[in-house]
Amino acid sequence: MYKILKREVLAPTLFLFDIEAPLVARKAKPGQFIILRIHDEGERIPLTIADFDREKGTITCVFQEVGKTTMELATLNEGDSVRDFVGPLGEPSHIEKLGKIVCVGGGVGVAPVHPIARALKEAGNEVIGIIGARTKELLFWEDKMRNACTELRVTTDDGSYVRQGFVTDVLKEVVEEKGDIALCVAIGPLPMMRAVCNMTKEYNIKTIVSLNSIMVDGTGMCGCCRVTVGGQTKFACVDGPEFDGHAVDFAEMARRSVIYKSQEQAAVERFNHTCSCGCGGGK
Amino acid sequence: MADEKTGNKTIVPNKHPMPAQDAVVRAKNFNEVALGYNEETVVAEARRCLQCKKEPCRQGCPVEVDIPAFIKLAAERDFAGAIMKLKEKNALPAVCGRVCPQENQCEKYCTVGKKNEPVGIGRIERFCADWELANGVLPQKVAPPTGKKVAIVGSGPSGLTCAADLAKQGHAVTIFEALHVAGGVLMYGIPEFRLPKAVVQAEVQNLKKLGVDIQVNAVVGKFATVDELMEEGGFDAVFLGTGAGLPYFMNIPGENACGVYSANEFLTRTNLMKAYLFPGNDTPIRVGKKVAVLGGGNVAMDAARTALRLGAEESWIVYRRSKNELPARHEEAEHAEEEGVKFAFLTSPTKIIYDDNYWVTGMECLRYELGEPDASGRRSPVPVKGSEFIIDVETVVVAIGQGPNPLVPKTTKGLDCNKKGNIVANLETGATSKPGVYAGGDVVTGAATVILAMGAGRAAARSIHAYLSEK
Repeated sequence: MYKILKREVLAPTLFLFDIEAPLVARKAKPGQFIILRIHDEGERIPLTIADFDREKGTITCVFQEVGKTTMELATLNEGDSVRDFVGPLGEPSHIEKLGKIVCVGGGVGVAPVHPIARALKEAGNEVIGIIGARTKELLFWEDKMRNACTELRVTTDDGSYVRQGFVTDVLKEVVEEKGDIALCVAIGPLPMMRAVCNMTKEYNIKTIVSLNSIMVDGTGMCGCCRVTVGGQTKFACVDGPEFDGHAVDFAEMARRSVIYKSQEQAAVERFNHTCSCGCGGGK
Repeated sequence: MADEKTGNKTIVPNKHPMPAQDAVVRAKNFNEVALGYNEETVVAEARRCLQCKKEPCRQGCPVEVDIPAFIKLAAERDFAGAIMKLKEKNALPAVCGRVCPQENQCEKYCTVGKKNEPVGIGRIERFCADWELANGVLPQKVAPPTGKKVAIVGSGPSGLTCAADLAKQGHAVTIFEALHVAGGVLMYGIPEFRLPKAVVQAEVQNLKKLGVDIQVNAVVGKFATVDELMEEGGFDAVFLGTGAGLPYFMNIPGENACGVYSANEFLTRTNLMKAYLFPGNDTPIRVGKKVAVLGGGNVAMDAARTALRLGAEESWIVYRRSKNELPARHEEAEHAEEEGVKFAFLTSPTKIIYDDNYWVTGMECLRYELGEPDASGRRSPVPVKGSEFIIDVETVVVAIGQGPNPLVPKTTKGLDCNKKGNIVANLETGATSKPGVYAGGDVVTGAATVILAMGAGRAAARSIHAYLSEK
């Protein structure tokens, strides 16, 4: 059992957990992920590592309620435990000194981009961070990102905070202002990563994205996370999760990510259903 | 019994039939297909054994079970004695009694089998193991602690066997398993209806009683490398039994479309994650009305039979050779056919067809004919030009084999692998190129059977014990 030492509500439907897993924390690196399972009937879900504390032996996970499992996870409190917690999985981010690097985090993607930005800055790069959210209340970790980056720019889609616009709008300004960007790291919803890649391709800026495919085992065994990169089939769990964004077949990725949409909806409805019979909504 | 002593025994020509669930009923449930012998039948079957002096059956057993001895005890109704005799050599008798290809091993050499049907060795083994599980597990002897520590990577058949043998010899054994439950392919791969998961877990529990420590959720190569286990973890030796978990695909267009599964994924979702209980269990699976399984091995049979149980109206085995070349056990193919699985022989797909939403709608196939024998000794399939045709399917399961998982080789210095990525190990001793590191099972040989993996685990345990004794 893996104990939840800290629970924080970052924004509506957005949660942070520090989970006790010393063996994972000992080896965790930016860019990697974990797989957890809440209970014996639970599914195995991958979550990107948002931070780690080797001394305390904890892994920080940030997640958004999107399906039944993440909703159920959000009901857990400090002191509760999850049944299984395995990692660190996937290849770590490649950290080296390149010069000027832009790190883009959209929505919940701010969490996984944070340790990468921090490591890149520690490696001596000039890291320009860009974070964005749909609206002010969904924006989180502005302070942490400001510390992790050389400079940080913030945007909201609806203009409720700082400025109105997408992260790609800010990215365009940064690119034109700064020039010679050596690398762009973009993590967020698929449409955002796709939009960033379309833009950076025009400027010929190498771009790394992190793909959160559907997974089961996370060790290269099931092949369900497969994604086409540069015409070749790759497994996001062992070859990734980071890939050259300009080579990723985003259309395929988007279609594969909704394979279980109808089942997920049914599961969510059951989970949210409450009735007077005391059945607990299928729980 | 009198006849036996005189040697003038009248032999019952056929094996006593295995009671099984009716095919129509079982094709819709996940309960075990073969129901097992009762006491009367097992004794009668055990009495078919001639107790011949040459004991040829023993040469066919990769884990060296003293077959005549355990059968003799079963024939005398001493089931406790029989199971103890079995467990001297076999840590997983309830598993082996169910999934060993006995027809190609012990039973192939049975003297009775020369003129009649061989003795049902596997069925007797299964009965004895189940008898113990039902009547309480009997304690086994464990040698005093040696102070030596062994790490076993992977909790499949080879790892479990190696662990049991070493634990009995007094070594402190820790198994590291990547998934959340021990058993490896016995849990994620082989379906509940062939091998109930409770049976696997009961045998895993027996291992714990021998003192084996099992760490689940532990991916070696990720949370710690093999070198770290030895240098920091204090393990004196390591056994790698990581199996063949990397799924192969056909590399044909459309293979990443929605509705195309690797057999590993299809079976893992169903067996390990119990997707057939969705939404009671949270892991989903999607199965269309018509399913095509590509391949002809045991895994393909398992997937095709599983598809029917998950609600498919039609489940097809698509295999590019003919029925004679099917690599699956005869019994498995027969069970599949009885349950309604259909076979498209001499057929192989060239591309997967999908709709605007990327969901599979069909498969373009070519017909094949058989040419000269190839390297495998089987007649090689040759495509018939212009024979393209389309079959309508909504789900495709690719069951054409698996390669070794690269996580451990990739992160272990000085461990030699071949071109296919298999770990190079001495088949007699399990020794690898790295001192103190042994390997066995599918990660060395490529995908094979449970019992061969167990044999490799036993062989490695023997040389690890010798290595530790000298160290």
